[in-house]
Amino acid sequence: MTEHVQTVPLDQVHRRLGARMVPFGGYLMPMQYSSIREEHLAVRQRAGLFDVSHMGEVTVRGPGALAYLQTLVTNDLTRLAPGRALYTVMCRDDGGIVDDLLVYQDEDGYMVVVNAACHDHDLAWMRAQLPGAEVELDDVSAATCLLAVQGPLALEILSPLAQGVDLAGIRYYHHLAGLVAGVPVRISRTGYTGEDGFELYGPAEAAGQLWDAIQLQGGPSGLLPAGLGARDTLRLEAGLRLYGQDIDETTDPISAGLGWVVKLGKGDFRGRDTLQAIATAPPRRFVGLSLEARQIARPHQLLYRNQEPVGVVTSGSFSFTLGHGIAMGSVIPGAEVEGGELEVLLRPELGQWAQATVVPLPFYRRPGS
Amino acid sequence: MPELDSYRFTRTHEWVCPQGQGEALVGISDHAQSQLGDVIFLELPTVGAHLKAGDRLGAIESVKAASDLYSPASGEVAEVNPALTATPELVNQDPYQTGWLFRLKLEGDLPAGLMDAAAYDSYAQSDPH
Repeated sequence: MTEHVQTVPLDQVHRRLGARMVPFGGYLMPMQYSSIREEHLAVRQRAGLFDVSHMGEVTVRGPGALAYLQTLVTNDLTRLAPGRALYTVMCRDDGGIVDDLLVYQDEDGYMVVVNAACHDHDLAWMRAQLPGAEVELDDVSAATCLLAVQGPLALEILSPLAQGVDLAGIRYYHHLAGLVAGVPVRISRTGYTGEDGFELYGPAEAAGQLWDAIQLQGGPSGLLPAGLGARDTLRLEAGLRLYGQDIDETTDPISAGLGWVVKLGKGDFRGRDTLQAIATAPPRRFVGLSLEARQIARPHQLLYRNQEPVGVVTSGSFSFTLGHGIAMGSVIPGAEVEGGELEVLLRPELGQWAQATVVPLPFYRRPGS
Repeated sequence: MPELDSYRFTRTHEWVCPQGQGEALVGISDHAQSQLGDVIFLELPTVGAHLKAGDRLGAIESVKAASDLYSPASGEVAEVNPALTATPELVNQDPYQTGWLFRLKLEGDLPAGLMDAAAYDSYAQSDPH
């Protein structure tokens, strides 16, 4: 993580709303406005508005763009078409995950969305592998704002603001360009919460106009501004990985339960040979864990089975939707069996343990999905 | 903000407030709850437990972290706030009133070195945690 902390375009807006600002991924970001619980439940029951402008955006254009990206990421980008998006990871030759990404295709080429904390490293990694003049790579992060409207009322709230755009017609992991509140944005039906919703990529200088219009439109319906705290508890309920916690350069996608984004048959790509070998016998398995009552497991806490160490917690928190502790973790093969009982060493210095049951991911699936 | 004249604070951010008849309520400060964020779970002593001033008495779990709690005074636990089992968020919403943690039957005077509200306030402002 960089020492220098940057501000997002909406910094003053967040402060005016009373947000607690914390450094995250090199940016000062809103952690919470009201409370994580209230913001979490607003997203599950109504809607939440997130500023995630810290995320990085890199456009990849030119005749060689597809071939270049295909060698960089594990998923198969020939499954994309203009107007579609794809989740993937990019790996080192040893299978370690450099970052997890969203790749958008439009008529002009591709846009790759990277994690803020990985931005500089990703850019260096991507540039080092540029084939030459037939691919043009542009870091548009600073010029781009990203707002997410998430929740069952997201469609209803955004529709009156999206002039001439049939938002309901945008399917999951699809996107199009249009005007929202008079601002030209890329409207994407994606998110990091497990709810229906949209992510809007727009010009940084119009972030305030976009934010204010959405807040004004959604306020009467109970939309709340939501911070990174709620984003984390929401994504955990949805079983979504967080780079830096659940996955990093020491984990491979197959052991992290992301084998579905690794297309070994698509042709050569960075990490392919290692991942092919790993696929036959992954050294680790990724599990969901359900804890009793209000016990909370935290990242790095050790997992045991019958007093034998079997793994480590990678993410853990309280599920406001389910009312008990939930966690994700990495375990040795054999310890991933559903219904299996593991023990979490919560506080070694106090000898405090919690029981955890291995459960399928996600913990939460929105009604009707 | 309620009147905090009778509240005394520790450097570890607990408060104690005498209630008469040798009893006192114990809780955590507004500054502490604000730093912790959403409280999820409280590990509190059982009724009848004897606490010594400064002893670790339990812990408070928020979404963010687990933090140890230390007793601001010596005494016997007379009652644990029953509302916190189902609604620990009371500690966030109302740390000085309905969000009290437990009632203590005091043994002796309050320890020397506790801070009044004004002194605690300036201490909390300068505290990095």
